[in-house]
Amino acid sequence: MSDRISVAKTYKLYIGGAFPRSESGRSYPVTDAKGTFLANAAQGSRKDARDAVAAARKAFASWSGATAYNRGQVLYRVAEVLEGRREQFITEVAASEGVPLKKAQSLVDTAIDRWVWYAGWTDKITAVLGSSNPVAGPYFSFSTPEPTGVVAVLAPQQSSLLGLVSVIAPVIASGNTCVVITSQDRPLPAITLSEVLATSDVPGGVVNIITGRTAEIAPWLASHGDVNALDLTGAPESLRTELERSAAGTVKRVLRNKASEDFAQVPDLSRIRAYLETKTVWHPMGV
Amino acid sequence: MWEYAPAPESRDIANLKPNYRMFVDGKFVEGTGEPLKTINPATEEVLAEVSTASQSDVDTAVKAARKAYDRVWSKMPGSERAKYIYRIARQIQERGRELAVLESLDNGKPIKESRDVDVPTAAAHFFYHAGWADKLSYAGYGPDPKPLGVAGQVIPWNFPLLMAAWKIAPALACGNTVVLKPAETTPLTALVLADIIQQCDLPPGVVNIIPGAGDVGATLVEHGDVNKVAFTGSTEVGKIIQRQLAGTSKKLTLELGGKAANVVFDDAPLDQAVEGIVNGIFFNQGHVCCAGSRLLVQESIADELLEKLHARVSTLRVGDPLDKNTDVGAINSREQLTKIKELTESGEAEGAQRWTSSCPLPDKGFFFAPTVFSNVSQAMRIAREEIFGPVLSVLTFRTPEEAVAKANNTPYGLSAGVWTEKGSRILWMAQRMRAGVVWSNTFNRFDPTAPFGGYQESGFGREGGRTGLEAYLDV
Repeated sequence: MSDRISVAKTYKLYIGGAFPRSESGRSYPVTDAKGTFLANAAQGSRKDARDAVAAARKAFASWSGATAYNRGQVLYRVAEVLEGRREQFITEVAASEGVPLKKAQSLVDTAIDRWVWYAGWTDKITAVLGSSNPVAGPYFSFSTPEPTGVVAVLAPQQSSLLGLVSVIAPVIASGNTCVVITSQDRPLPAITLSEVLATSDVPGGVVNIITGRTAEIAPWLASHGDVNALDLTGAPESLRTELERSAAGTVKRVLRNKASEDFAQVPDLSRIRAYLETKTVWHPMGV
Repeated sequence: MWEYAPAPESRDIANLKPNYRMFVDGKFVEGTGEPLKTINPATEEVLAEVSTASQSDVDTAVKAARKAYDRVWSKMPGSERAKYIYRIARQIQERGRELAVLESLDNGKPIKESRDVDVPTAAAHFFYHAGWADKLSYAGYGPDPKPLGVAGQVIPWNFPLLMAAWKIAPALACGNTVVLKPAETTPLTALVLADIIQQCDLPPGVVNIIPGAGDVGATLVEHGDVNKVAFTGSTEVGKIIQRQLAGTSKKLTLELGGKAANVVFDDAPLDQAVEGIVNGIFFNQGHVCCAGSRLLVQESIADELLEKLHARVSTLRVGDPLDKNTDVGAINSREQLTKIKELTESGEAEGAQRWTSSCPLPDKGFFFAPTVFSNVSQAMRIAREEIFGPVLSVLTFRTPEEAVAKANNTPYGLSAGVWTEKGSRILWMAQRMRAGVVWSNTFNRFDPTAPFGGYQESGFGREGGRTGLEAYLDV
């Protein structure tokens, strides 16, 4: 029997491409499904959320301005790097969700494939959702989908990796940036995912990941003036209405999907569409 | 300046009646709300008395719409729905003169606009959407997209008939039934549209039109049996509705206010740009959510452009909306006129330089002479707030980057304009301006095939085109 003491990992936040601890200095214990201690996770604060929004806003211009081909390659790269750390994720998902290794394996594999699916969408969204408009006059008119901006994502509470990937990938595929509040009790796969993102050419600030109490941090994102959209998937039931009300203060786009969504299914375009604006451009034709 | 003899359109064409009633379950019925008197804003005379809906009338209308949805409209093949909608388009064309004159009487907009823009575009919206009714499986929302149910729709007073068309046509094409509340000050053309709908023999309850004030709209959008809410109006009310609908499963689309930047570069064709600027802010008295109300001019041509602009605006004829030569009609209500006056006074108080056309104004009615503010800074209220009147704020910029920064320095994002002869610059600007519609070397163009709607606090959802169908489908 090996007597080596393993190196325990410190789980931190992921903001603007860096891994800070919470500015609040707080952490909270995370256990596996049976209650055995796994690690301390950073307990993110209002200030962390605001810093993350600032990082996401800063990253928006270059990420939304990147070519669709470039974004597609970056998302595909995430799948590649995730594949390389497959075993680590299987162990973490099994521990977090209390599922057998075989089930965890299938969840991780589907999560990897989901990145590939969304990677392929980046350079097809405009062709599929955009249009050239046959207006009744001497004008050329075309409409293109554009990212709405900074999206606050309340990740599913149960599905710690597959659910998480399923809510992040459609946001960034079209050029949005995001601030994600992870599953409160199952945050560890999310932090490990942030290590994957940091080493996959995803520019810092495009995805920002905060662990902590969803009910504490979500209201600050719902009311934040520089957040354009809010995904309520992982919102506590008791808070959903209030968060949505608060989001109305700046006319945010609100995705009301419930956590009961079956993430094992191949998605449709609805999560991509939720964070898109349509821009119509007109120009006269003539000589 | 040319002298023009008066050329008024006959108001008899409007076929004005002393009383109008609400339209529920296929019949015109007396509402039990307090009747309202709608006035001609150009003369302040009462045009007609209109019955309004009470809370229980709203409920009756929603019930009628639900019954029509369950029993008839949702079961009818799309190809049959289409033919009803085509009928409506045709009747609007046939009764175009009547609708145009009535619209100008009730709203105050010049007859040349109601005749050439509002009515034909309303007909076009029905004609376009009729064709979608049996082709929804091609719209990109899956093989068999379903309607939502009963749509509660609340529309503003600036394009009364056109907004009714923008709301009703896609709702019906997608298989929904409708309860629509027209604006308090402009209910008449929507009720003539109801007459058209009755003559087209639409099944009772498919479209219900219930006049009233804001409280009727609030009751409608809050109604428990409404599945979809569509609102066009102010950002302030839009936020209230979004808040009201929080926690429900109602689908919501909002088309709200704007403070559009109209950007003119030094290489722009100036005479064309001046026409576009004038159209952008003085079309429909500036009562346009996508009006080009912030003119951003490159500094090197600012003086020259302002001079041309003043000269051109001086020729605008303000007056009788029914006169075919009128360019700028009446402000829709005393309330709106007061708001415009208050904001223009703030512009002067904050140090902007005011220029107002010396054109003669009628003695009666609500009129406001076209006004241009120069030396406007971004912090002033006239640069930030929607005036919704014939008032232009002029700011300057030096570089394209500065133009983009200033154009985007607003919580709104409905429309924008750019004037330059350089194609690559147009596309560069169009890509960076955060607005739902970008008009380049033109302004205020609308078409049912071209999606329209805002970014940020100008609302969400689109109207028109394939994109616009999403608002009325369960997808």
